[in-house]
Amino acid sequence: MLEWILTAIVRALAVSTPLLWASLGEIYAERSGVINLGVEGMMILGALSAFVVAHITGYPVAGLLAAAVAGGLAALLHAFVSVTLRANQYVSGLALTMLGLGLAGVLGRGWEGIPLLNTLPEISGLTYMGLALAVGLWLVLHHTRLGMVIRSTGESPAAADALGVNVHLVRYLCVVFGGVLAGVAGGFLSVAYRPSWTEGMTAGLGWIAIAITIFAGWDPLRAVAGAFLFGALFHLSFRLQAWVQPEALRMMPFAFTILVLAATAGRRRGQGAPEALGLPYAGGER
Amino acid sequence: MKRLGPFRVERVLVPSGAWVLTVSLGAVAAALVAAGMIFWAFGINPIRAYAIIFAGTLADRRAAPDILRQATPLLLAGVGLVLAFRAQFWNIGAEGQLLAGAVAATGVALFTPIPAPLLLPAMFVAGFLGGAVWGFIPALLRLKLEVNEVVSTLMMNYIALFSVEWLIHGPWKGKTAFGFAYTDAFPEAARLALIPGTRVHWPTLALGIALSGALAFFLGRARLGFEIRVLGENPTAARYAGIDPVRTVLLAMVFSAGAAGLAGVGEVAGIHHKLLSPGQVSLGYGYAAIIVAWLARGNPLAAIITALFLGLIFSSGDVMKVMLQMPFRVTDVFNGLILFFLIGSERLLNYRLRWEPGRRPGETADA
Repeated sequence: MLEWILTAIVRALAVSTPLLWASLGEIYAERSGVINLGVEGMMILGALSAFVVAHITGYPVAGLLAAAVAGGLAALLHAFVSVTLRANQYVSGLALTMLGLGLAGVLGRGWEGIPLLNTLPEISGLTYMGLALAVGLWLVLHHTRLGMVIRSTGESPAAADALGVNVHLVRYLCVVFGGVLAGVAGGFLSVAYRPSWTEGMTAGLGWIAIAITIFAGWDPLRAVAGAFLFGALFHLSFRLQAWVQPEALRMMPFAFTILVLAATAGRRRGQGAPEALGLPYAGGER
Repeated sequence: MKRLGPFRVERVLVPSGAWVLTVSLGAVAAALVAAGMIFWAFGINPIRAYAIIFAGTLADRRAAPDILRQATPLLLAGVGLVLAFRAQFWNIGAEGQLLAGAVAATGVALFTPIPAPLLLPAMFVAGFLGGAVWGFIPALLRLKLEVNEVVSTLMMNYIALFSVEWLIHGPWKGKTAFGFAYTDAFPEAARLALIPGTRVHWPTLALGIALSGALAFFLGRARLGFEIRVLGENPTAARYAGIDPVRTVLLAMVFSAGAAGLAGVGEVAGIHHKLLSPGQVSLGYGYAAIIVAWLARGNPLAAIITALFLGLIFSSGDVMKVMLQMPFRVTDVFNGLILFFLIGSERLLNYRLRWEPGRRPGETADA
């Protein structure tokens, strides 16, 4: 029994690793005032880049670095469109998801069904690094000047601007940082969790990461709990397959997301989203 | 104001229709060039690729009606999204609402004793209600509990997707389907008429056109349409005017999601004649409908044109799959790029150039 529980926890931790990385990145992007719905697209591009580079070089870590670059570049596109061009952030993020899924599907053809020889273990450094990252990002956000700059950029860009903060630069950096983490999250899937490349292998994890961001109240430490909760749920839906239809189980994390968001709605009100989330800022054009 | 050579750059609050059209066409053209560069990187000559696409879609008399077939669900779902977006409700759930409509219509077609002439109308009613329920839940959650509708409508997509999977593998799996995962075929009375020689189920297409006409009238004239517009453009003013946001958004969402449900009915009753895997019922029409609505810029009648355009993109994807051996995801590349260029060019709408040679920068036209 104890062994069963331990295995379950370990497996849940493995699934929660990419969720945690992606949502930590999204938390920083959103704290700076930019919502990025392109997480799924950045993740899938990261997954493909990581797989291809890990396969060619034989080093999974090199694959993860490639995933970070791919995710960062994809996020740069979102930053340009939504920060510089001040376009609608929701639509830009959706476009990024479409483009990411499309590009990965087109470029990834020919890599399907190829086994990866050198892989990372499921509970790898990335799991522990994710936890350390959450603590570090929480400290930075709440106890450093940089964190204050980021938070004020998301709460009141005009006030931050008046104090000499370069709002556009902060937003660019946070969005690209979010993309780097989402890319690594995707890379984890293709070099560690399920070491292979399959078209559409992120299967909605990017959207769950966005939901965790809201659930966690935009707080890195609470994202750890959120990611583990959803990781456990994913694992549970796998475990119960002997008794319940697999399709019914696979919808569980998505249904649960709605239930959790509804259940925590009242509590969230006090510690809500950054005030300027989703609003473009026209610096210097007043 | 800035000058650009002999032109003066002016800000405008409400851009003219011609300028909106020019900018939109320019954005789409730029997206096609960008997609061409991706082809090029792939080792495919983009000019040759576009020539093949043109020959296989618009220029082919037998293939051209397929544009209409793919435009039909895009129009129904897109027109619904126009309404939701006008009310500032971020409905990203048309895909799930479409699937819910397909499920409801399948249930009526296979498991109710409704007689022949009433069966199809009953399926459309059920499909509308099925889609509407799928949109009603996130709308209610947003209005009562402030649950972010982007996330909830998206989650509803996945729930619909796995529900369809579950139904066709489980309780609704056809007795005649042997090992395959789909339901039994619909009876003859539950199948939609086609334009002869094509796969265009014209009753759904006609419904889409009628709906966009009705919504255009409704948004322009009726009281509720006015309330939706005010609520979308200025929520504070709406509150002072005594407009009930709960009732208004709920109604807009019920129609929006119901229209997507109708699109689902058309796909199962017009093309497949059974419920099958969600990826086959919808090729991502619900997501592409977001582009249809965005391109239409809040005008339900314009959605007819934009749905045709997206229908062309989808048929081009089919041609690329067959003729250029590209994976089906290539349609997503096009859709993503078009969306990026469209919103990227949005700011241009607020400016216009005026031909004014020889005037000093300091002087203004009104002086």
